[in-house]
Amino acid sequence: MSKILVVCGNGLGSSFIIEMNVKKALSDLGIEAEVSHTDLTTAKTEPADYYIGSTEIVENLEDGNRHVIKLNNIMDKNELKEALETHLTKEG
Amino acid sequence: MVDLIMKDILGTPSILVGLFALFGLLLQKKAFADVISGTLKTVMGFVILGAGANVLTGSLDQFSQMFDHAFELQGVIPNNEAIVALAQQSFGTETAMIMLFGMVVNILLARITPLKYIFLTGHHTMFMACMIAVILTTAGFDGVMMVVTGSIILGSLMVLMPAMLQPFTRKITGSDDFAVGHFGSFGYLTAGAVGKLVGKNSKSTEEIKVPKSLGFLRDTSVAVSLTMVLLFFFVALFTGPTFIETELSGGTNYIVFAFLQGLTFAAGVYIILAGVRMLLAEIVPAFKGIADKVVPNSIPALDCPSVFPFASNAVIIGFVCSFVAGLISMFLLPLMGLKVIVPGLVPHFFTGAASGVFGNATGGRKGAIFGSFANGVLISFLPALLLPVLGSLGFEGTTFGDADFGVIGLILGNLVNYISSPVVLFVITIVVLGAIFGITAVRKKNGYNDTIGKSA
Repeated sequence: MSKILVVCGNGLGSSFIIEMNVKKALSDLGIEAEVSHTDLTTAKTEPADYYIGSTEIVENLEDGNRHVIKLNNIMDKNELKEALETHLTKEG
Repeated sequence: MVDLIMKDILGTPSILVGLFALFGLLLQKKAFADVISGTLKTVMGFVILGAGANVLTGSLDQFSQMFDHAFELQGVIPNNEAIVALAQQSFGTETAMIMLFGMVVNILLARITPLKYIFLTGHHTMFMACMIAVILTTAGFDGVMMVVTGSIILGSLMVLMPAMLQPFTRKITGSDDFAVGHFGSFGYLTAGAVGKLVGKNSKSTEEIKVPKSLGFLRDTSVAVSLTMVLLFFFVALFTGPTFIETELSGGTNYIVFAFLQGLTFAAGVYIILAGVRMLLAEIVPAFKGIADKVVPNSIPALDCPSVFPFASNAVIIGFVCSFVAGLISMFLLPLMGLKVIVPGLVPHFFTGAASGVFGNATGGRKGAIFGSFANGVLISFLPALLLPVLGSLGFEGTTFGDADFGVIGLILGNLVNYISSPVVLFVITIVVLGAIFGITAVRKKNGYNDTIGKSA
């Protein structure tokens, strides 16, 4: 079971909404994963298999080891679904 | 027994919100393990909120003493998280009740009026519930009537604010897929209106190259730490080492002391945010789940960063211009006999950025610059004007930051000053809100598309 962490600046509003969208997209795709949301500072110390959020926020998390999924439009459900499909099914 | 239930169980806010979460989880028929962990985490979130408030108060006290000694003025740091966490000690139960029933009213209104918005920015729901609770309780209202009136006001705001912004929001996003649900709405509305006025033929902000180097300020903790440390340094220099080292720091060097106090404030905010996050983790999805079932064609009203992707340059421009307006206002406020409102990076970032996006949508570059500047002035003056209506809570050295808290707080605060009867207040509330919904419905009938319609 992989862990997905949704990240935004405050870790309150928009990451929470994206988390709900991620859960919905995953159930459509038939993928099981643990999903939660947090702020950028906490994300830096919290281990997860995938970090997802808007490009300008999650690029702060790129260190070569973390698997970061960048979204151009955090509200676009289709973009989110495609991104999840590409990143998660590739791994098997 | 009655006492145990009424006072110790329902009168303890943390347990009360825990019960809400429990109820929501059971309603969704969640697994036993999820019900237990969700309920416990919600209660724990509330306890963490209180712990954060204690950390933050210490640093706020030091700040007030330093500021007062240096300038013989009162300085106030607007911070929603801080004021709400402090208010929970005296107004926790009222806040929780108004929050829960406000959500119920939101769902009912979305169901029966043309305004199909479901307000999903849970922390703002809580903050607004808190402010309404403080104003009504301070004015002497209590019991069922207070909760009913408060919930109706809150639930109405939860649909009216997104509706008010929707014509502009639609211009930004090009659709009615989502609305903006954030209590900075009056700032965004002003920004959109200013943009219309000044922005004839102004090019969009998205055609300019803007440096990306401000990206690190997107991190709330970093932004708060930086602002508070700079602020404490600045004030400490004016306070002078003598006063700080003899009166406050117990001999520790005044600059070191200022540095640590600034970070203590930021740590307090960080803890409160973590508490709020845990507190809402079960409540918001339950609210959304119920709304999805009850309201067909509902439109989610979301936190302000939801519009950021539509104009990422306007986000940076908006933040800078709003913050500059905040700095200028800081010097103007005492000249008008008002308390000094210290501009915070976080409120200016979030609401300034969103104002920039709204201003750009109606008036391009000029709209983004002047619109977000107007927002910056609003979120400096409104918090200062709001302080007197918050009663004893107005002396804590912090206050609500975003525009709607100021506008609604001033209206409600002045209203309760003239009306001492809860029944009269209730009737006035119903009449005013009924009129607003009536006008909306009539306009919709006459073909104004200022509410929503999937295929209008």
